Amino acid sequence: MFIQNLRRNLFQRKLAIISATTIMFLIVTGILAPVIAPHDPNLVNLEHKLRAPCKDFPLGTDHLGRCILSRLIYGTRISLSTAFMVMTLTIAISLVIGTCSGYLGGMVDNLFMRICDILLAFPNLILALAIVGMLGPSLVNVMIAMVAVQWVWYARIIRGMVLSVKESNFVLAARVCCTSGPLIVVRHILPNIISQIIVLATLDMGWIILNISGLSFLGLGVQPPTPEWGAMLNDGRQFIRSNPSLMIYPGLVILVVVLSFNLLGDALRDALDPKDAIRGELK
Amino acid sequence: MKGYIVKRVLNLIPVLLGVSVITFVLIHMVPCDPAEVYLRLSQVPPTDEAVASIRKELGLDRPLYVQYFDWLWKVLHLDFGKSFVTKKPVLAEILSYLPATIELTVCSMVIMILISVPTGILAALYKDSLFDQFSRVLAFVGASMPSFWLGLLLMYFFALKFDLLPVMGKGTYLHLILPSLTLALGHAATYTRLLRASMLENLSREFVLYARARGLKERLIIGKHVLKNAMLPVVTAFGMSLGHMLAGAVIVENIFAWPGVGRFAVFSIFSRDYPVIQCYVCLMAVIFVLCNLLVDISYSFLDPRIKIGRE
Repeated sequence: MFIQNLRRNLFQRKLAIISATTIMFLIVTGILAPVIAPHDPNLVNLEHKLRAPCKDFPLGTDHLGRCILSRLIYGTRISLSTAFMVMTLTIAISLVIGTCSGYLGGMVDNLFMRICDILLAFPNLILALAIVGMLGPSLVNVMIAMVAVQWVWYARIIRGMVLSVKESNFVLAARVCCTSGPLIVVRHILPNIISQIIVLATLDMGWIILNISGLSFLGLGVQPPTPEWGAMLNDGRQFIRSNPSLMIYPGLVILVVVLSFNLLGDALRDALDPKDAIRGELK
Repeated sequence: MKGYIVKRVLNLIPVLLGVSVITFVLIHMVPCDPAEVYLRLSQVPPTDEAVASIRKELGLDRPLYVQYFDWLWKVLHLDFGKSFVTKKPVLAEILSYLPATIELTVCSMVIMILISVPTGILAALYKDSLFDQFSRVLAFVGASMPSFWLGLLLMYFFALKFDLLPVMGKGTYLHLILPSLTLALGHAATYTRLLRASMLENLSREFVLYARARGLKERLIIGKHVLKNAMLPVVTAFGMSLGHMLAGAVIVENIFAWPGVGRFAVFSIFSRDYPVIQCYVCLMAVIFVLCNLLVDISYSFLDPRIKIGRE
C-alpha cells in the first residue's frame, strides 16, 4: 500500500514537473517569439500556399502561404498573455469584493450574495457570448466578457475563505489588540487564503484558454490576421478535407496547454492541502 | 414538501427580475446607437431625422427606467420585440430554432450518462486497475480537450476519412451522432471521475460493511446500497451540466451546421441583431434557472433525508 502510494505520488509529481516545464517552455517561446519564429507570422505568400512540411516551413503553410509554426509560436503570446491578464484582473476584482463582503458582512454581504444569485443564473459562456455580441467581436471585448463572467465565482469562493479565516483565533487575537480592519485583512487573512487562490487560478487557466480560443474559433475574439490558436483552427477547418494538418496543430497545442494547467493545478492542490491528498489516498 | 417547492419558486422571482435587469442593460452596452444600427440593417441612410424617428419608434428617447418597465411589461407578455434583420417577432424565431438545440442537448445527455455511469462504476469497483488508470487518463484528456477541435477530429475521421456518418446539417438520426458525441464526451470525462469518487466514498461507509456482514450478495450491495447513494451528487451535477451543454451547443452547432438556437445567436451577433441576442440570453437564463429548480426538487425526492431535514 505504502509503495503504491509513493509510486502514485512520484508519478503525480513527475506529471506536475512535466506540466510546469511545458508551461514554462511555452511562456519562454511566447516571449522569444520574434527570435525563435522562422518567419513573419502574417507574411502572405500565395506562391507557398498549403505547402507540406519542408525544411523552410517545418509544419507547412496555410492557405495564404503563412508559416504555420511561426503562427503557432506567435499564437502562444496572444493566448497565454490574454489568459493571464483575464485571470489577474478577475482575481484583483474578486479579491476586493470577496474580502469586503466576507469581512464586513451585513448589508454589503447581503447585497453581494443577491448579485451573485443573479449573475450565476446565466450559463457562463452564454453571458460571455452576449457581452461580446453587444460590444462587438474583438479580443479586448472577449477579455472584458470573460472577466465579467468569472469574477463572481471567485468573489464567492474568496468570501467563503475569508469567512472561515475570520473566525480563527489569531484574527480574534488581532482584533482584541485593536488592529485595524484593513490591516487584519492584509496581514492576517490574505496570507492564509492566497495559496488556495493560486491553486484555483491554475486550475481555471485551462478553462479560460479554452473559452478564449472557443470564442475566437467562432470568429468573435481575435480578428484576422492576428495569429491565435482558436482562430487558426477556424481558418484550418475550411481545408479539413485537403489539408487536415492545418487544424490538427493548433488543436494539439491548445490540448497540451490546457492539460498542463489542469495537471499542475491538481498537483498544486494536493501539495498545498496534504490533508485532502491523504483523504484521497485513503479512499 | 409543498412548502419547500413554493419557497423555492418564490425565491426565483428576485433572481428572474435581476436576470431581466441584466438582459435589459446588455442592449445599452452597445457602443453605437441601436437606432442607427437598425437603420443601417434596413438599408436606410441614417440621417439625423431618420435616427430621431427610429429612436422614438423603438422608445429609446425615454428615460431609462421607463424603458425598462415598458420592456419588462412586454417581456412578461412574451414580446421581445422584432428582429432588426428579418423584422419578425424575435421570440417566435428563436423558438423555431429551439427544438433542434433541445434534441441535440437531450441526445448528448443520454450519451454522456451511457458513457460516464458504467465507466465510473467500473473504475470505482476495480480501483487502481488498468481500467481505472486508463479511465483517469481519458478523463484528464477529455476535460482538457477543446470541443471545437474534438468536433473537427470526429468529423474528419468518421465523416470524411471513413465516410461512416454525414458531415454536417440536420436530417436523419445519423446527423445527430457526431454533434452529440462532441458535446457529450467532455462532460462524460468529468462525470466519470465524479461518480467514481462518490462510489468510493460510499463503498467505505459502514452500512456497506454491515451489508457485507449480513452476507448480502455483492451485486445487491453495489446496486441497491452503494449506487443509490453514490448517484445523488451526480444527479445534481447532471442537472447543472444542462446549462453548460446549452452553452457548449453554441460551438458544436457552428461546427456541424446544426440549425439550433446557438448558431442563430452567433449569426445574430455578426449581423448586430441586438433584440435576438437579448432574447436568447434571457431565454437561456430562464431555462438554466428552471433546470436548477427541477434538480433541487428532484433531489429532495431522491434523498428523503433532505426532505425530512427541511420539513
